[in-house]
Amino acid sequence: MKLLQERAKGRPAGDSLIIRTSVRLLVPFIQLYGLYVIVHGHYSPGGGFQGGVVLGASFILLALAYDLKTSLRYMSEGANVLLGNAGVLIFIGIAVLCALLGGLFLDYAALARLIPMAAEEWRSFGIFLVELGVGLTVMSSMVSLFWDLASGGDMEEGL
Amino acid sequence: MIWQLDQFVLLLVVICAVAVITVRDLLSAAVIFGVYSFLMCLLWAKMGAVDVAFTEATVGAGISTVLFIAAIFRTTRRSKD
Repeated sequence: MKLLQERAKGRPAGDSLIIRTSVRLLVPFIQLYGLYVIVHGHYSPGGGFQGGVVLGASFILLALAYDLKTSLRYMSEGANVLLGNAGVLIFIGIAVLCALLGGLFLDYAALARLIPMAAEEWRSFGIFLVELGVGLTVMSSMVSLFWDLASGGDMEEGL
Repeated sequence: MIWQLDQFVLLLVVICAVAVITVRDLLSAAVIFGVYSFLMCLLWAKMGAVDVAFTEATVGAGISTVLFIAAIFRTTRRSKD
């Protein structure tokens, strides 16, 4: 008991064991929910943007409950930039691929020449692939917006 | 939704909107703006725009409040000039 009180005194203000533990338990479920929103985006409310924001919010929550360094350990700056650019590349890549295969820009039905599926099925599956790219990019931008705003750009410490 | 409840939420939206621009403390303004966003989210959901309500709840009430507080964290309480 004494030890716990001493340990509590050493911590900076606003630092609580309850918040840390509940955030550690919550974050995997928030990320699973974000993935669910992205994957089910084309036939239920939600989609790439909302799912990406939920995924980004999970890392922001980690940075709020612990500190900026901890969130950087789970999601490094380089990986964040890589994921964001990969998202843009998925979106533009699929759109251009459709145009190269003889369809229009973002005309998913043209992808049936690569993998034979019905045109309707490709229209449903193509929007899922594009939303995956949107989700990755939005997650990356939200996380890097928070990092840069909270730390003043130097990634040393913040909030 | 029951129309009395609907009117009540609308009234709260107006009160929050006026409070955001009149309150002196920046932190209070950020928190009240989060409340405003969440009430707007309720109204969107009531009007059947579930997708817009979802975006309002995640971006308006979630991320933007955190970004406002992160920006306020970089300011000082009293101005020096």
